[in-house]
Amino acid sequence: MCGIIGVIDRTMSRMDGSSIKEALSLMDERGSGEGAGYVAYGIYPDYADCYAIHVFFDNLLEPKTMVDKILQTWGRVVHQEEIPTYEQPGLKKEHIPWRYFFKPYTDLMVGTTNPDDDNVKRLVMSINSTVEGALIFSSGKNLGVFKASGWPEDVANFYRIEDYKGYIWLAHNRYPTNTSGWWGGAHPFNLLDWSVVHNGEITSYGTNRRYVESNGYDCTMFTDTEVVAYLFDLLGRKHGLPSETVVTALAPPFWDEIDEMPEKQEEFLRTLRLTYGPALMNGPFAIVVATKDGIVGFTDRIKLRPLIVGENGSRLYISSEEAAIRTMDPEVKTIYMPRAGEPVIGRVTI
Amino acid sequence: MEPLVIDAKGMHYTPLNKLIREAVASGVKEIVLNNVLGQRFIGNGVRGDAKITINGVPGGDLGMFMSGPECEIFGNAEHAPGNTMDYGSLIIHGSAGDAVAHSMRGGKVFVEGNIGYRGGIHMKEYDGKRPILVVGGTSHAFLGEYMAGGLILVFGIGQEPTIQDRGIGSGIHGGEIIIRGDVNEKLLGVGAKKVKFNEDDLERLTPVIKDFCERFGIDSSQFLDTNYSKIIPASSRPFAGKYTWE
Repeated sequence: MCGIIGVIDRTMSRMDGSSIKEALSLMDERGSGEGAGYVAYGIYPDYADCYAIHVFFDNLLEPKTMVDKILQTWGRVVHQEEIPTYEQPGLKKEHIPWRYFFKPYTDLMVGTTNPDDDNVKRLVMSINSTVEGALIFSSGKNLGVFKASGWPEDVANFYRIEDYKGYIWLAHNRYPTNTSGWWGGAHPFNLLDWSVVHNGEITSYGTNRRYVESNGYDCTMFTDTEVVAYLFDLLGRKHGLPSETVVTALAPPFWDEIDEMPEKQEEFLRTLRLTYGPALMNGPFAIVVATKDGIVGFTDRIKLRPLIVGENGSRLYISSEEAAIRTMDPEVKTIYMPRAGEPVIGRVTI
Repeated sequence: MEPLVIDAKGMHYTPLNKLIREAVASGVKEIVLNNVLGQRFIGNGVRGDAKITINGVPGGDLGMFMSGPECEIFGNAEHAPGNTMDYGSLIIHGSAGDAVAHSMRGGKVFVEGNIGYRGGIHMKEYDGKRPILVVGGTSHAFLGEYMAGGLILVFGIGQEPTIQDRGIGSGIHGGEIIIRGDVNEKLLGVGAKKVKFNEDDLERLTPVIKDFCERFGIDSSQFLDTNYSKIIPASSRPFAGKYTWE
């Protein structure tokens, strides 16, 4: 069991983190105090064209020296600083959160149509698998993940997330089941522009992991959710599928449903399932994914985890519980439960 | 006696439920909870004949193990209202989440709007105890999954057809699921079969239909005919031989 909530303001009007902290804390029972986190889009307008690289350092000596050197080889560090944190009685500071604002050298990557993203993706994979004591947990432009082991309110207060203003927020309260709770295992998981929060478990993790690893991703976080971020990056960014189609590939209709469809649709879905068989995710899950352009929420095909949607004007909310949405927005107009496997999409409209 | 009015705004469920339990134990017959938002387990394990009015959106497992009280909710409910409820009633003026009436043993759960997935999962009955779940709107998939007893009735008000989701009565081995109008055979789950709903069934269910309609101010006469589908177990052991040979 975990708790998730996400919000987008489709007009890109920015909200501070105080209300999502309240909403996530309302779902404290969905976690165990071993992991909580937040991601917000639009928080670094002064460095909007830089990749905001958030790193957990075990110390600022060897690991940081190595990361500095790698980043300075592959690009330019425009600015760097320790992420401000504020001591909380209920939270042990296990790592030092640091951020770099980074511009990769475009001419160093070949064989790609998007050298900047591929450069940064490669740096994230290589630093996370080779530099001991350093973990990059956020690497997108004008966005940032803030997470730790602790209760939702403690993690929020540790980073003072009310000091950040974003037009998209995702938040997650973790109840680790299959692997232990640690800072890197808290959600959201992020790679480049993709952020993921997830309630449930991906029982097809082994298959999905082999698939993303054969496509150049390294799984280093000891938990299933990171493959979702990599699957979205692979299918959405590298293969260029629209987000509805990514969701359909990950949680497709059953074969007996496909058999009943009109011929053209049947052929498309058959092809999609055969092409992306190893990307299909099994097991119970409710997931919300964000990019700078919007959010998408969906569940497994037989709905083994809760997901509820709220709308109020330009704002779309997706959460595990209706009360969490109403905590963020007491004036919410529409509340509904989407069908299993059906993507709920909120896009920026400007 | 004056009703006990509690402002639940910002209150955690533990002290709230403690207050409710103490009040019912001391003989309070009417409790009104205002500004309820997300508090879990309201009425959990409470015994007695109190009436609890809930204004707002209560959290999950409303009325779990409850035996006796009536809770009337002016708002939606979250997951599993009526979880293993023993006796009493939940009257929900709104919709509810997944696993409504989960493992319910007795009493009734009335939902004016829709319910989520797995409504009535593993409801059961024994002797004089026969739980009832009635839904005014529609239900998502796996209605009455692993159902072992009791009654589920879905009216489909404002819906055509009443239910569009798959897996109705998946693994059902007791009890009955009554759905307004016809149900596509393809939507039936493993172990479920559809039979004719006859005059005897109508006579038997008329008190339930009238009770539900009265609670929500709906004209019951439109529902007093045999235009229902009745879904019952195909056998008492749908999965015999699935994991072992006999």
